[in-house]
Amino acid sequence: MTDLLIIAIPVFPLLAVLLNGLLGSRYSHDVAGRIACSSVGLSFAAALIVFADQLQTGAVREVVAYRWIFGGDLTINLAFLIDPLACIMLLIVTGVGFLIHLYSIGYMHGEEGFTRFFTYMNLFMVSMLLLVMGNNYAVLFIGWEGVGLCSYLLIGYYYDKVSAAKAATKAFVVNRIGDAGFLLAIFLVFYNFGTLDYTQVFAKAGELSPKMATAIALCLLIGAIGKSAQIPLYTWLPDAMEGPTPVSALIHAATMVTAGVYMIARNHAIYDLSPVAMTTVAVVGGSTALFAATIGLVQTDIKRVLAYSTVSQLGYMFLGCGIGAYAAAIFHLMTHAFFKALLFLSAGSVIHALGGEQDIRRMGGLKSKIPWTHALFLIGTLAIAGIFPLAGFWSKDEIMAHAFVHHHYVLYAMAATGALLTSFYMFRLTYLTFYGRSRMDHHTAEHVHESPMIMIGPLVVLAGLSVIGGFPGVPPENGWFQHFLHPSVAAGRAEEHGVSLGLVVSLMGVATLIALAGWGGAHYLYSVRPEAADQLSAKAPAAYTTLLNKYYVDELYDFLIVEPTKQLGLVWDWFDRTIIDGLVRGVGEMTEGGAWLSTWIEKHVIYGTINVIGYANHVAARVWRKLQSGMVHHYAALIVAGLFILVHLIIVWWTTGSVGIVALK
Amino acid sequence: MVPVFFVYFSVVSILAGILTVSLRNPVHCGLALLALLMHVAGLFVLLNAEFLFAVQVIVYAGAILVLYLFVLMLLNLKSDERYLHTRYAVILFAGVAICGELVLLVLRSPFGGARGDAPAPAVLQDGNSYAIGIKMFSEYLLPFEIVGVFLLGAIIGAIVLAKTPTAADMEQE
Amino acid sequence: MVPLSAYVAVSAILFATGLIGVLIRRNFIIVLMAVEIMLNAANINLVAFSHYLESMAGQIVALFVIAIAAGEAAVGLAIIIVVFRGKISTNVDEMNLLKW
Repeated sequence: MTDLLIIAIPVFPLLAVLLNGLLGSRYSHDVAGRIACSSVGLSFAAALIVFADQLQTGAVREVVAYRWIFGGDLTINLAFLIDPLACIMLLIVTGVGFLIHLYSIGYMHGEEGFTRFFTYMNLFMVSMLLLVMGNNYAVLFIGWEGVGLCSYLLIGYYYDKVSAAKAATKAFVVNRIGDAGFLLAIFLVFYNFGTLDYTQVFAKAGELSPKMATAIALCLLIGAIGKSAQIPLYTWLPDAMEGPTPVSALIHAATMVTAGVYMIARNHAIYDLSPVAMTTVAVVGGSTALFAATIGLVQTDIKRVLAYSTVSQLGYMFLGCGIGAYAAAIFHLMTHAFFKALLFLSAGSVIHALGGEQDIRRMGGLKSKIPWTHALFLIGTLAIAGIFPLAGFWSKDEIMAHAFVHHHYVLYAMAATGALLTSFYMFRLTYLTFYGRSRMDHHTAEHVHESPMIMIGPLVVLAGLSVIGGFPGVPPENGWFQHFLHPSVAAGRAEEHGVSLGLVVSLMGVATLIALAGWGGAHYLYSVRPEAADQLSAKAPAAYTTLLNKYYVDELYDFLIVEPTKQLGLVWDWFDRTIIDGLVRGVGEMTEGGAWLSTWIEKHVIYGTINVIGYANHVAARVWRKLQSGMVHHYAALIVAGLFILVHLIIVWWTTGSVGIVALK
Repeated sequence: MVPVFFVYFSVVSILAGILTVSLRNPVHCGLALLALLMHVAGLFVLLNAEFLFAVQVIVYAGAILVLYLFVLMLLNLKSDERYLHTRYAVILFAGVAICGELVLLVLRSPFGGARGDAPAPAVLQDGNSYAIGIKMFSEYLLPFEIVGVFLLGAIIGAIVLAKTPTAADMEQE
Repeated sequence: MVPLSAYVAVSAILFATGLIGVLIRRNFIIVLMAVEIMLNAANINLVAFSHYLESMAGQIVALFVIAIAAGEAAVGLAIIIVVFRGKISTNVDEMNLLKW
């Protein structure tokens, strides 16, 4: 029964995709929305049952849904693996996904492409579920590509906006670069193990040489960097904000971007063999966390700030994986899903309330006008800043403490700085959006209204989760969450114990101080003395513009990579047009020439021959005509000549047996 | 003696023949023909064919040749400059070639044949005319009669052809 | 003794002469004369063989030949007269009505 449910989990959204995609135009948007949401709801229910079963039996389940490729050296099945890690991911994906689907019914109300939106969202759910539930690299990759595709479709949802189309293409292309690395890793795995199944690969992982393990791990990391928007493949995520806000919440906060972290956690057996790779992961994560936080300090679009925040928080998760704290990373993944979804959806509520305005310089004073949204957004901010005892505090603190305890002091410093900046810019965002004098224009101000219940309801649930979502991971490194995940992510590794309680508490205290310091700074600059912010930016104009322009990374990529690639494309186009088309045209011209030759031959040679025969006939006739002169003595002469020849031949023949001119003896 | 006469008769015959075909004036040709006929008659004498000699002289030379001369006189032809064909050289050459080949053929051929029943002494005893008469009116009677009819036809034909057309004939045309 | 082949050779030469005459001369009467020459050559041949093969047949046939030659000469000349009546010349080249 449980096996059937496991297979059913991705099937529910798939059915919704087929229904809404093929027949969606025949029924109303209401019905389409209900089909979509209930499919995800059913998947969530099934996931709960599977989770309960996992809690009960603690057994890892492998279910083969379809025997796909078999025979010979290669066996790949469409099969699912349910272990604790997969369970957690399933719950996050289906749970948060369900809430966001409910929210979208309200947010996308009245849109013409309503059904199309939900078709793509359900398709995304199918792909993401395949990704987390797959028991081999092939199914993982199918899901991996699928979510990339849906990301493209959904970012470019407003397809008549040029900026949206460009952003969708950018997301897909940058993702693809990562996917190249991922494919290399899959090939290496197959080369080394002859199979793509997780259980077999991880069981034999110890046979890898360190160099091979490093290679595989780094290739996988490239894929993760592309999918999870780390340095240097992060540039697509801020631009992805062109898509509708629910898309940003689901795909670019809670689920797709976390696929990279999930993948690294899943492959921990390989990463554990390669200290080099793990250091790379940690460094990438740490630098991304810090880097993105600095950019987020000065952005003016509400969703952009949240986007850079997402990049930064993903950096934390990578950092956690890199130092071996896989459970902590997944813990942070879960809490981040809660409060980031909450923040994005609340921002969506703000945008909805303001009729489409997204620039925070034109907001302000909304606290009284949209109180529910304000409260929810505030809860989200508190959570992400790491204020005790909300969810973000526990997960972030655990990662930072793990770094400190294991003597990764540089990484700890980077993480701490990042936490300070995170707290600062999130409170900056809150103050500028909701507090202070209203900077809205009159027309917008008049139409400010609270969002409908269908949108607020899921937000309340998410807020609740943001508050209590940290407690499963308490106490750090020893909570229920870590113990539950232990078989998936720490099998084979020695347990780390022996950290004194005093150290743990002091580190927690430091984390809280950092969060409060950030809050205080933001409070000062944006609430107490608003003009101080502009003064500060005026004092360091170069730094300010650099940050504002995201360190000009996009422009650098354009110059180094995009333009040369475009030029190369033009070269190939020239090649295709001139040489290949020239060849084709040449063949055509050869055929033409052949046809001309045939015609010429027919006209001159064949007709010529016929004409020559006729002409020869004329000439011969002209000669032979002279025989008929009508004159008798001519005839007489001919008779004599003929007679003589005949007689001569006869006589000679009879006497000598040969034809001679003169008769001989 | 016979070979001498033979040489004389044959040479003159041949010369006369050549003259007949090559002289310009038709009357001169007729006279040359006369010489030919007389010498051919001489050849007949050498061959013990006296009756034939007589017939040749009387009929051929005396009647036929005279007829030719009559017609020549009647027609009063003028001898024109061009009396030979345009391409006479070719024919001459071909004719000489034919002649040469025939002579060669003849001189090298062995002649033989069945002997008849009129050996020379028997003929000489009764005379040539007697021998011819005996044969003519017994074995060759039919051809003799036919030749007679033929001559009749020739006479009638000649008269009919050559008579002056009367007014009635003109109307018919 | 004169061999038979001599007589036959003479006959051959005369015959060739007559033949040349038939083909060469433009005056029709001379052509008829040349025909007479040919007939005479045939006669010599017949009589020579008659003498050497001791048979009368040759001489009798020669007699017939002479008779026929006479008849043929008469008719031929009659034709000439008829033609001469219609045209001024007896030129052979101009008698080409047989041409279509």
